[in-house]
Amino acid sequence: MKPWIAFSNILMKDMRSYYLKPPNISWGLIFPVAWTLMFFLRSPVAVEVRDLLPGVMALSILFGTTSMLAVTITFERKSRSFERLLLAPISLNLLMLAKTAGAIIFGVINAFVPVIFAAFLTSLSGINWLMVLASVVLIAITSTFLGLFIAVSVTQVFEAQTFSNFFRFPMLFLCGLFIPLSDLPSFIRPVSYALPLTYGADILKTAVSQNGVIAVPLSFFALVLFSGFLFAYSIYNVNRKWIL
Amino acid sequence: MKIIEAENLKKQYNGFKAVDGVNFYIKRGEIFGLLGPNGAGKTTTINMLTGLGHITAGSVKLMGEDYTRNAIKAQALMGIVPDESNLYEELNGRENLLFCGALYGMDKKQREKRADLLLTQFGLQEAAGKPFKAYSKGMKRKLTIAAGLIHEPEILFLDEPTTGIDVAFARQIRNLIKDLHKKGTTIFLTTHYIEEAERLCERIAFIVKGKIVREGTVVELMQETQGENIIDFTLGGDFSAIQKDFQNSFPGFKIISGENNSVSIQSSTSFTLLPLVKFFEERNLPVFEAKIVRPSLEEVFVNVTGIELQKMQNDQSIRPGPGQKGSV
Ligand SMILES: Nc1ncnc2c1ncn2[C@@H]1O[C@H](COP(=O)(O)OP(=O)(O)OP(=O)(O)O)[C@@H](O)[C@H]1O
Ligand SMILES: [Mg+2]
Repeated sequence: MKPWIAFSNILMKDMRSYYLKPPNISWGLIFPVAWTLMFFLRSPVAVEVRDLLPGVMALSILFGTTSMLAVTITFERKSRSFERLLLAPISLNLLMLAKTAGAIIFGVINAFVPVIFAAFLTSLSGINWLMVLASVVLIAITSTFLGLFIAVSVTQVFEAQTFSNFFRFPMLFLCGLFIPLSDLPSFIRPVSYALPLTYGADILKTAVSQNGVIAVPLSFFALVLFSGFLFAYSIYNVNRKWIL
Repeated sequence: MKIIEAENLKKQYNGFKAVDGVNFYIKRGEIFGLLGPNGAGKTTTINMLTGLGHITAGSVKLMGEDYTRNAIKAQALMGIVPDESNLYEELNGRENLLFCGALYGMDKKQREKRADLLLTQFGLQEAAGKPFKAYSKGMKRKLTIAAGLIHEPEILFLDEPTTGIDVAFARQIRNLIKDLHKKGTTIFLTTHYIEEAERLCERIAFIVKGKIVREGTVVELMQETQGENIIDFTLGGDFSAIQKDFQNSFPGFKIISGENNSVSIQSSTSFTLLPLVKFFEERNLPVFEAKIVRPSLEEVFVNVTGIELQKMQNDQSIRPGPGQKGSV
């Protein structure tokens, strides 16, 4: 048995069938651009592009991965093609890693779209790129596993969409990107700290503008913890609910 | 040699016993049929044997090795053709086969060679580049079977392979099953067409409400009806006028039906035809036709399960003719 052949082909098929389809690519481009423009137009004082970059990157990942994975897996479950994957002689862990790898890669690519735009508008010197990359990958993993968590909790495609938004919108406003954590009412702040994106966004802030508020190792640790938990819980549920 | 063995296999869904302690084995190289009405537990049994469903209790073994808790090694040797197609709608025929081959760890060259061979074998070369969603029902079924065969599995599971497709396709599929059998593939087939099971399978198990009610080779099962010979006569006149006379002359025969000029009689002992024909001729009822009806698996099934066939097969789309009749 050569499990990596199965792994790479599942990944490549998903890339071709879902992630590299024109509507999804444009979604990945339009979204960050729209967000960036919105912030430019909205602010009375000239906003430093660099200050917006971490937020736009984090959101591009979140919006590119979570619902995408939740929807595609729910769709495959409904069309029963997912059964074919469950019948393949590979472990459930490897199978779910293959199914999520596509979304993770897509999320990472999405994150760098706004960086390309920003490069035309401002100087990007002094950024800790290694830290950017590490946090982008971790945010992509966590957001994707959040999508997996959603996929195992629903049965219909529209539920996957709705449930994704249920997670995404609160994160958007509570992760400290657009409203600093210190400006949030104190009773909401614990919710912020319970959201993975808060930690990912904070690392990005540190890497780009050195203005994060959480210790970087702590944030990395939190993200690893979040993704580990989401993956393990999802596998547990796949085993319980999908293997009848 | 037993390739698969299921011991006291049970499956419960929230307290409902879908499969209730079945025992059976499949010999290497044979065609084994699991025959039963809708909802009997056939698909549930396949799911447990192939690792798609958890096993509530009991065990499954592959060549003596238990795989109840971990089916990965067993799955590598299994090809599965589900009752409903589960290929990728957006991929074309060839891509679907290639992808399925990759799931079994076949390398690129191997997959391509095998996919092209199967496409040719199934007459799907022209449709190879069409997306699966544009396939007709019969083509979908064929490609689904091809996908199950891509990695040349040792054991092929076919869940109602001929349900819902036309007679010609069903026949092709049966021929295909016979060919695979000749090449040594072990075949596990579920069906609710008794004739199909009788024509194809070497051993059969009847499953009803999650329990196997009878199991054996076709020959063994048939022996249960041996001695029950039925003859259908077509006469040149009305039988009812001489019915009493007939019963007095042949007390060993039972009249199953006698209407106008056709009559069915049954004997539990062997007999010769000539006295019967002579009897009719003497009473001015020429015998136009006499058919000895070999008892079929149908009767065994009805006897064992008490299920009327019309009930079980009313949704069937192929109705193989009365293939068991041998004219005299
Ligand atoms: N996921 C499930 N949850 C609850 N009950 C189920 C589930 N799957 C099957 N069943 C029940 O288990 C029984 C056996 O179903 P199964 O699909 O194995 O029957 P079958 O013999 O394959 O029938 P058919 O000829 O219609 O395909 C049925 O009563 C069915 O309603
Ligand atoms: Mg079934």
